[in-house]
Amino acid sequence: MDPRLVTAIIVVIGVPAVLVGYIVGTEQALRLVPERRRATVRPWLWLFPALAFLLVYLVYPTIGTLIQSFENNAGKFVGFNNYSWFLNSSDGIGSLFNNIIWLVLLPAITVGVGLLFAVLVDRVRYETIAKSVIFLPLAISATAASVIWLFMFAYQPPGAAQTGTLNAIISGLGGAPVAFIANSTFKFNTLMLIVVMSWMWTGFGMVIISAALKGISPELLEAARVDGANELEVFRHITFPLLLPTLTVVATVMIITALKAFDIVYVMTNGNFDTQVIANSMYTWMFTNGNFGRGAVLAIVLMIAVIPVMAFNIRRFQAQEAIR
Amino acid sequence: MSELAVPAVRRKEGGSAWRGRLEHLATHVVVILLMAIWLIPTIGLLISSFRPSADVQSSGWWTFFFQPAQATLENYTYVLAQAGIGTGFINSLFISIPATVIPVFVAAFAAYAFAWMSFPGRNILFVVVVGLLVVPLQTTFIPILRLYGQIGIEGQFLAVWLAHTGYGLPFAVYLLRNFMGELPREVFESAAIDGASPVTSFFRLAIPMSVPAIAALVIFQFLFVWNDLLVSLIYIGAANPENDPLTISIASLVGNFGQGWWYLAAASFISMAVPLLVFFTLQRYFVRGIVGGSVKG
Repeated sequence: MDPRLVTAIIVVIGVPAVLVGYIVGTEQALRLVPERRRATVRPWLWLFPALAFLLVYLVYPTIGTLIQSFENNAGKFVGFNNYSWFLNSSDGIGSLFNNIIWLVLLPAITVGVGLLFAVLVDRVRYETIAKSVIFLPLAISATAASVIWLFMFAYQPPGAAQTGTLNAIISGLGGAPVAFIANSTFKFNTLMLIVVMSWMWTGFGMVIISAALKGISPELLEAARVDGANELEVFRHITFPLLLPTLTVVATVMIITALKAFDIVYVMTNGNFDTQVIANSMYTWMFTNGNFGRGAVLAIVLMIAVIPVMAFNIRRFQAQEAIR
Repeated sequence: MSELAVPAVRRKEGGSAWRGRLEHLATHVVVILLMAIWLIPTIGLLISSFRPSADVQSSGWWTFFFQPAQATLENYTYVLAQAGIGTGFINSLFISIPATVIPVFVAAFAAYAFAWMSFPGRNILFVVVVGLLVVPLQTTFIPILRLYGQIGIEGQFLAVWLAHTGYGLPFAVYLLRNFMGELPREVFESAAIDGASPVTSFFRLAIPMSVPAIAALVIFQFLFVWNDLLVSLIYIGAANPENDPLTISIASLVGNFGQGWWYLAAASFISMAVPLLVFFTLQRYFVRGIVGGSVKG
């Protein structure tokens, strides 16, 4: 039998059957337990698959990576050697610096443009279509988005026919073609990569902000207008403060996204031209250079950067649970 | 109340009606400009995917509008047959379907337990699970890869199915637990009084009533896996190129063809076909999943 057909059968029938079989099986297994203890045991049987996956795929490897960051490839303890490498290399601290640029600009652009668009689109009749257009890039892969934008940024030497959209416009206006990807002066190319990521993620911010915007009571806005406030004042003193918690949510999600940025850098520059970021640097050190200790340090740095955001999110979650 | 308020506003701004109209015009201009900025990159590549290679090299995609007779499917037939994009498409399906089904089931079991069973430490355990949401995937690669090397599943589809399940679970459990927790208590109580086992309640009541949340989660997880490059690169990648999904095939096309836009364009649109189909048919659930998942958490 064609191995692909076997895989297809496993995929469509085998996997769901195993999962349903497990949970039905728990009830059978519980018959072996004394009746008064069943209610105590049952939740753990239901939780078992999830907890097992989380332990194996998130908890155990995080501890493993922490240990690895103090070892070389042979598993020998090397103290802080890998960390001092990190502090003194362009692939280490240099990529962290680029990540900080990402971390500032990506939330700023996605929240800023997302907010602008959400507020404006609320006033036009073609709202649904307009939102779909901004939202669309979120559905495609960062790989495809990178190809789309490599084509926008394509560069030919001056004099040759510019087939890249942006350089054709620039040449058409009489300017010299710009090397969007290769020019690292003032981090210009990193900025261009962030533009691509913002193009993908602005729709995310816009949709969430728009939902929050619709939740603001129209009476409240109307009352302010009756009292003589103009649109700008209404926005500044009522809409914006009410949206602030939502904007914070979007910004934290974007900060995490910026820290984890990988695909776009991997496909568009692979970290060349001074655009390296931590996630891509880690991939390079693990797989191209085969240095697990340095790869582990990069992963740990990424996690340490995420922890404050995580703490913030959990605290907010607990505050919400208290209200519920 | 607002009906009473409207005339008052009109009276106040009566003198500056032209100003209101101007503001409205400015709104349209900005909205349409932003829409154009968002659409043009995709349209440019889409058109290029239908142009012959010689044309793509010598002139911009916009010239196509003056010579639309040049359209060809050559690029699509080439990448599907020769450049591994056809295989990549099948592999992406083989990866994405179980990597969606497994975490949704596993998360539903856990969410049901968190929502409707009582056990010591329930809330703390739930917070811990949600807290794992922000562990960067990168932190997990080295130990998992070692583990896979020992049990010999590196390069197999199974390796990515299980990994995506682990990575997707915190969000999935969170989304489903919140939704299931809001279901009416009486329904489950009366089912229990009628002698229904938790398994029956789960399949007959909890699952059917949670369809909106499950649909949102399925779309979310499916798109995440379909669009994923990193996880496949790590666990399948070079170990077994025969199993590479579309994203890896395209990323390596970028390296091999460099300026071969006509092939890259066609390959990218093949990879976008499934997400776009999902997007246009199920957009409502997709949006609800994002809004529900993020506003609450």
